[in-house]
Amino acid sequence: MKALRNYLDKIKPNFEEGGKLHAFQSLFDGLETFAFVPRTTGRAGSVNIHDAIDSKRIISFVIIALIPALLFGMYNIGYQNALAAGKLGEATVLGMWWFGFLAVLPKIVVSYAVGLGIEFTVAQWKHEEIQEGFLATGILIPMIVPVTTPLWMLALAVAFSVILAKEIFGGTGMNIFNPALVTRAFLFFSYPSAMTGDNTVWVAGKSLLGAGYDVTGADALSGATPLGQAAQEGFAGFDSSTIMNAIYGLIPGSVGETSVIAIALGALLLLWTGVASWKIMLSVFVGGAATGWLMQAAGLTSIQWYEHLVLGGFAFGAVFMATDPVTSARTEGGKYIYGLLIGLVAVMVRVLNPGYPEGMMLAILLMNLFAPLIDYCFVQRNISRRAKRATNIK
Amino acid sequence: MAKVIKLRKGLDVRLKGRATAEITSVKGSDEYALVPDDFVGMKPKVVVKEGDVVKAGDALLTDKLHPEVKFVSPVGGTVSLVERGDRRKLLSVRVKPDASIAPREFNTKGDVKTLLMESGLFAFFRSRPYDVVANPEDKPKAIFVSAFNSMPLAQDFEVVLKGQETDFQTGITTLSKLAPVHLGISARQTSTALTVAKDCEVTVFDGPAPAGNVGVQINHISPINKGEVVWTMGPEEVIFVGRLMRTGRVDLTRTVALAGSEVKKPCYVKMLVGQKLDTMLEGQLDAGKHLRIINGNVMTGVKTTADGFLAAHATEVNVIPEGDDNAEMLGWIMPRLKEFSTSRSYFSWLQGSKKEYVLDARVKGGERHMIMSGEYDRVFPMDIYAGYLIKAIIAGDIDRQEQLGIYEVAPEDFAIAEFVDSSKLELQRIVREGLDILRRENA
Repeated sequence: MKALRNYLDKIKPNFEEGGKLHAFQSLFDGLETFAFVPRTTGRAGSVNIHDAIDSKRIISFVIIALIPALLFGMYNIGYQNALAAGKLGEATVLGMWWFGFLAVLPKIVVSYAVGLGIEFTVAQWKHEEIQEGFLATGILIPMIVPVTTPLWMLALAVAFSVILAKEIFGGTGMNIFNPALVTRAFLFFSYPSAMTGDNTVWVAGKSLLGAGYDVTGADALSGATPLGQAAQEGFAGFDSSTIMNAIYGLIPGSVGETSVIAIALGALLLLWTGVASWKIMLSVFVGGAATGWLMQAAGLTSIQWYEHLVLGGFAFGAVFMATDPVTSARTEGGKYIYGLLIGLVAVMVRVLNPGYPEGMMLAILLMNLFAPLIDYCFVQRNISRRAKRATNIK
Repeated sequence: MAKVIKLRKGLDVRLKGRATAEITSVKGSDEYALVPDDFVGMKPKVVVKEGDVVKAGDALLTDKLHPEVKFVSPVGGTVSLVERGDRRKLLSVRVKPDASIAPREFNTKGDVKTLLMESGLFAFFRSRPYDVVANPEDKPKAIFVSAFNSMPLAQDFEVVLKGQETDFQTGITTLSKLAPVHLGISARQTSTALTVAKDCEVTVFDGPAPAGNVGVQINHISPINKGEVVWTMGPEEVIFVGRLMRTGRVDLTRTVALAGSEVKKPCYVKMLVGQKLDTMLEGQLDAGKHLRIINGNVMTGVKTTADGFLAAHATEVNVIPEGDDNAEMLGWIMPRLKEFSTSRSYFSWLQGSKKEYVLDARVKGGERHMIMSGEYDRVFPMDIYAGYLIKAIIAGDIDRQEQLGIYEVAPEDFAIAEFVDSSKLELQRIVREGLDILRRENA
């Protein structure tokens, strides 16, 4: 370890101003601070000691929290593939996971390569440190797209989102919209057939490197998501096995969103470490449940209120997307309102919009937009209180 | 019975090396310094020349804007150096002590304000808004004194107070002739000189740091509105005032806490303001180590060296490891059991509230835009949106700063927030610069 530290110290001058590798300073700096805790000490005039927490640690825990959902998502891809091919009897657990791994890995690689490539370039250009925010975004993106999404579409969408939703606002911490959801929205509006299409996108239908099975066209139609089925005419309600499968995660859907149990494991970690706000998470579920119950009571839908919470991207969005601290409401009271409205809008879109079975993405993006307004109201209350105090005295 | 205010927000960081109640005395130093930077917001004008003989209590500096406010020598002796830096900025005025020169005698019978200005003790008043040296033309609505410092490794004022209770009460009584005095004490303080202090309104504050910050106490007792001014003074400086009234002499002897993990025998030291720090540090430090000597508190003080001089407002000197020789691997994922964090992604929550930590001066992360929300508010026990105020200062939006309550804060109120900040923003520096800009704009 010492040798590595010494080696880095030796090559460091090459990357500094005037060194021959100065163009890669951000890259060097990124890798150095990844390997070692920075040794910079506080300047005079600022606090002399610091809490050990930093944004690298926070982002790391978001990624760790995503791992159960990601690993299960890989397994589910293999499972859905075997199910569609009618070969569930002969497929092994490990074999199905391996197939899913092979299907998802290229997406993760593309997402990171494109996103981090842009981030490194911008950091170097602006003479800033590399910011680690994209490390979480880059793993979220492959988890919220259908398994069959072509890599070139993914690359284009990632580039669009990193540049137009994040970097032009000033990078991590300054963006208005959640970059992972902007990627998803870009794909959704630009390539609708590849995102929901005729429900053929949710199941991988080709074997990869000898793993998995080829699925013939007629079988693939069975791969509609439960919400997709519900949106079709003549729907009378789910049977209980569908709901249990949704809790386990054995339903078609985007890569990481299906298993409520895996997401709950991640949620526990995020809440325990305080990385995500429990206020937001809880109120999204409360808002969704309440709206679902009202819609059902009004006779607008035959989906039970609790079914909304376990189907589609609701749980995943509530745990990993709505709680993004940068794009959510920042005042403590505002977090409740923000969460409730996400739940409300998501279920409203699901129930009242005949064309589109899922509403979570749109709900969160819409509330990202309104979060500053919600905060404004709370901050303004404080301001008025102060102003009133001043006039009372005079 | 005094009113008790319970504060929930805040954070007590337990650091190793708290000073024991033992008070030691050290020999005087061969040079004393008056450092104008210790008195924020003052424009110094030197009124002595090198070679002049001065008594303890004679003015070395005055404020250009208010020449009646004097900044005095802590000792009698010869002015040895008027030190200037870049662009002739005055860095310090040094005095070589001479024990044979008797201190200046003041007539304590006359007007209190004039006496305090003439004796240099008025300079210890700080005024809010802006947290600067008080302006004698202002009519403060009140004077606030916090009798405890809740920061880690801070001076325990009850140790200082022992034997000086009368001077403290005299000081309070004297201040009460200028404006109503509010005394904030801690729920843990039992000395009757505090709990039943006369000529002031006593309020008890019960809660974690920064409950001892006078700004927090003002916010809960009588928040500052636009156009209002309050003055604040440290409790030990109240004793200075008491001494002056009793003896007619200026005696700036402090009982300074020498504390921190790198101090061999943490204790209290009787020292004059402006005394060289090496007199107290002798034999207390390990020569080979990278150390950070802090003139003042670990949270709010300024990094200095053993050649530095005890800052005017410093009630403690803290010494911690600098940590710039520390090569810690993969900090983003390792358990790092020795580190302290409020985040449960580390394990300090498992190690009990009794454990004392050794923290070094590393920032432990890169500076980022503000990412997490609510981090500051958890440790900011005032009715102010700390994060929004910081953003308004960074954006230079003066109207919004006013609306969000910048007049009520001082940099030190943000110390704990700066400590916990995962984005590693230099909040105290940001607030100081914001206050300076605002003061210029409003001048």
